[in-house]
Amino acid sequence: MYSEKVMDHFSNPRNVGELADANAIGQVGNAKCGDIMKIYMKIENDIIVDVSFKTFGCGAAVATSSMATEMVKGKSIEEALKLTNKAVMEALDGLPPAKVHCSVLAEEAINAAIADYYARLGIEPPMEIRTCKCGDCHAHE
Amino acid sequence: MTNLIYLDNSATTPLHPEVLQAMMPYFTEEYGNPSSIYGLGQSAKEAVESARVQVAEAIGAKPTEIYFTGCGSEADNWAIKGIAKAREKKGKHIISSAIEHHAVLHTLESLEKQGFEVTYLPVDSDGKVSPESVKAAIRPDTILITIMMANNEIGTIEPIAEIGAIAKEHGVVFHTDAVQAVGSVPVNVAEMSIDMLSMSAHKFRGPKGIGALYVKNGIRPEIFMHGGAQERARRAGTENVASIVGMGKAISLATGALSEKMQKISALRDYLIAGIQEKIPYIKLNGHPTDRLPGNVNFSFQFIEGESLLLLLDLNGVAASSGSACTSGSLDPSHVLLALGLPHEIAHGSLRLSIGEQNTKEEIDKVLELLPNIVQRLRDMSPLYEQVKNQE
Repeated sequence: MYSEKVMDHFSNPRNVGELADANAIGQVGNAKCGDIMKIYMKIENDIIVDVSFKTFGCGAAVATSSMATEMVKGKSIEEALKLTNKAVMEALDGLPPAKVHCSVLAEEAINAAIADYYARLGIEPPMEIRTCKCGDCHAHE
Repeated sequence: MTNLIYLDNSATTPLHPEVLQAMMPYFTEEYGNPSSIYGLGQSAKEAVESARVQVAEAIGAKPTEIYFTGCGSEADNWAIKGIAKAREKKGKHIISSAIEHHAVLHTLESLEKQGFEVTYLPVDSDGKVSPESVKAAIRPDTILITIMMANNEIGTIEPIAEIGAIAKEHGVVFHTDAVQAVGSVPVNVAEMSIDMLSMSAHKFRGPKGIGALYVKNGIRPEIFMHGGAQERARRAGTENVASIVGMGKAISLATGALSEKMQKISALRDYLIAGIQEKIPYIKLNGHPTDRLPGNVNFSFQFIEGESLLLLLDLNGVAASSGSACTSGSLDPSHVLLALGLPHEIAHGSLRLSIGEQNTKEEIDKVLELLPNIVQRLRDMSPLYEQVKNQE
């Protein structure tokens, strides 16, 4: 049901755990729906120098978290915000249709962490950040 | 996989070698059509009829009350739609429970679209339907009560004899989906006042693609399949002779030494339950503590999600099942776990391990060694567990 890449990122997740000196944290999803993603970032001079995640969810949720963190590590904020769920899915060689929402969650978690970065600094983000009120399980269908 | 630990015997069971042996001739030299009058056909006919006797004996029925079907779901569909159609002039009300298998629930939903009214009785936190609630739900237009004998997810065994007595007293047809029960626990349709009962061969080490519906003499559901005179002209179509023979053999084997088998399997179940309870915190046993299928173990593990648990168990050579949303293709967790009153987030983290007669204590020990580490690994990754740890 899952590609080899998904199984690889699920069974050997990259960047898993908390980041002690994170200055940006974003959490999306909710327990009722069965998936929560929390992304930790350390941002210096607009560059994501380190990133990690914690995820409650299915195999696809863990794999997309892992892949998304890999894809934004070392990137500028601007580049990270360009990451789409489609790109995460492609990097994982695809996801079953019922799991597409997991990749959307990963994209949103990255955005949420960056929004938190600007909120902590008390400044308006210089670019548009896609945030979502994930109160509804079916929002991502 | 050579070292697979198969703990999903509620999903299906391995074909018994003696069953395969009994079936083999009917794939080769015994190829006759049971409807043919020459010797080859009649020998196939005899094989089908002796299997019918075996199935009838296993549940305390008469051979003329057994109809072979393509699967358990077909038996459920036939029983429910067949009675609904045959009795719709008398009434359009059906009583069922919130925790039935989809073969029953989705059949009832289709009838609701056709103007039937269904009362879905709630269950208590152990998954039990109360016989009093069945009695209270009966109306003058009630034509059918359909309550499962044992639940496929949580293993709870329902008070079928009590419900059967109530149905009988009120003259309402009583059907039970006994797909998980037959071959696992004693079943007697006469003692339990059952009018119709569904079963499936592959749940008791028979082949897939064959089931049966027991219909008490005198109960007349609508004909299921029109055509030839097979199955007393109620379910036409050339018989699946090899599978019918397999089902007969399998049910004889499964019910022949039932009490020893139940003792062996329930000892392994209780050992597994106690081991998990001892080794893993933040868990909940789902289903009735004692009135449960001998092989059923179902736990919710807080802060983690069931599909991840299944994938890691699979990577470690253990086959199991979950009530997690992610394994069902929908975003909602199992309707059974929700009916018990479990919150969504707890229901998402459920695991069913179902033990069969081929499992060993060594296998259970191996699972007890693997499972705590797998659960801990997922919890360490979970933002929900982090909150709890911080509060400690």
